[in-house]
Amino acid sequence: MKFHSDHKILSLIVFLFLVSSQLLAQDFPPAPNPPRLVNDFTQSLSSDEVARLEQKLVAYNDSTSTQIAVVLIRSIGQYDISDYAFRLGDLWGIGGGENDNGILILAAMEDRKVFIATGYGMEGAVPDALANRIVDNLIVPSFKMEAYYQGLDQATDMIIKLASGEYKAEDIESKGNSGGAIFIFLLFIFLFVILPLLKNRNDNDNHMGGRGGGVDLLTTIMLANLLGGGGRGKFGDFSSGGGSFGGGGGGFGGFGGGSFGGGGAGGSW
Amino acid sequence: MKKFLIPILILAVVGIFIYTKAVGTYNTFVQSEEQVNGQWAEVETQYQRRADLIPNLVNTVKGYADFEQETLTGVIEARSKATSMSIDPTNLTPENIEQFQQAQDQLSGALSRLLVTVERYPDLKANQNFLDLQAQLEGTENRIAVARRNFNQEVVAYNTQLRTFPNNLFAGWYGFETKGTFQASEGAENAPSVQF
Repeated sequence: MKFHSDHKILSLIVFLFLVSSQLLAQDFPPAPNPPRLVNDFTQSLSSDEVARLEQKLVAYNDSTSTQIAVVLIRSIGQYDISDYAFRLGDLWGIGGGENDNGILILAAMEDRKVFIATGYGMEGAVPDALANRIVDNLIVPSFKMEAYYQGLDQATDMIIKLASGEYKAEDIESKGNSGGAIFIFLLFIFLFVILPLLKNRNDNDNHMGGRGGGVDLLTTIMLANLLGGGGRGKFGDFSSGGGSFGGGGGGFGGFGGGSFGGGGAGGSW
Repeated sequence: MKKFLIPILILAVVGIFIYTKAVGTYNTFVQSEEQVNGQWAEVETQYQRRADLIPNLVNTVKGYADFEQETLTGVIEARSKATSMSIDPTNLTPENIEQFQQAQDQLSGALSRLLVTVERYPDLKANQNFLDLQAQLEGTENRIAVARRNFNQEVVAYNTQLRTFPNNLFAGWYGFETKGTFQASEGAENAPSVQF
């Protein structure tokens, strides 16, 4: 008798599991084939804008292996935007499998909700509080004006900067006039080796936890700078933000199986 | 002589078969139990992270002179109750998990009351420190949700392993018991309609 009831429960579990997995398969778009980082299911962006964004993100992926994916869908139904983002990120495997260095910017256009989900490996570079500021200060204001490309462009620029460990406001200007590969190489050494060494001397007495006391002020300055840039950039001449990262040619190689543990922040417009 | 040998041989073969099967089953049980324990540690870590954020949140909110004391003490009390509650990972019975979940849900309730009250304080809502804390808190809730989901998946796999035949016989001998899961959050049973 005991054995029998056990089996009943088991088959119920299996049945529920099958049902739920079927639902899941329906609710999430399959990973794009051929692989793309920018996936606009809503035609909110022009094909030119998609191509520019894609080019920037592919170049960044080529040089750092960090994958920043942008997905625009119409509606997420009754899912939480955060939950949907994590599941989609896991399903597609955004980011490398070893480092889990993927970021997903998900926007549900009809729900007017947006979420930046950070993979396990990116939670340190883009902590929730900063993801929240990117959403509040860069994405939401642009999206309110239906300047979707502007918002996504600025947000991805900001994430690229944060993920590179680049916190100095002056560096934004120096990036504009690219002085060849050697300069960039030196810049990277400076950013990755020397800056962290210097940074460690700072006290950390704010309530942010984690990333050094300087983050707070400097990122605020950078955000302010970027916002200023947004106003000027409306005519679209600052598009090649990350284009100089080298490597450019060739398409995106595909997602690497990264997983998401619940990092990130979102908002609505 | 030969008649005597054959049954012994058969017995030996059957014995070896049962022995290897028993050892293999035991080892898979141990492996999946360890996975469950690992996920449980993750769940506890994320809850602890939330508890650690609360003192900062309370201090930030306290700065606003007339902030309702009742709401604050509610959060502080719920926090101390939730942090005093810890479960031995070897004893993840459904009852224990329900108790744990209840204590944590109380804290969630107190926290959401606090965040609702904040709506009445526009200065506080604009405070960058508060906004950051709020984002961190939301991020932690998300991590808790993911950790809980992963934990449930591991437990379902483990329980399924334990209850299927013939593993259920071995599980009885070895004393492995099924473990409890977190209850699904409300609204999870509604069929969502998603449009890409």
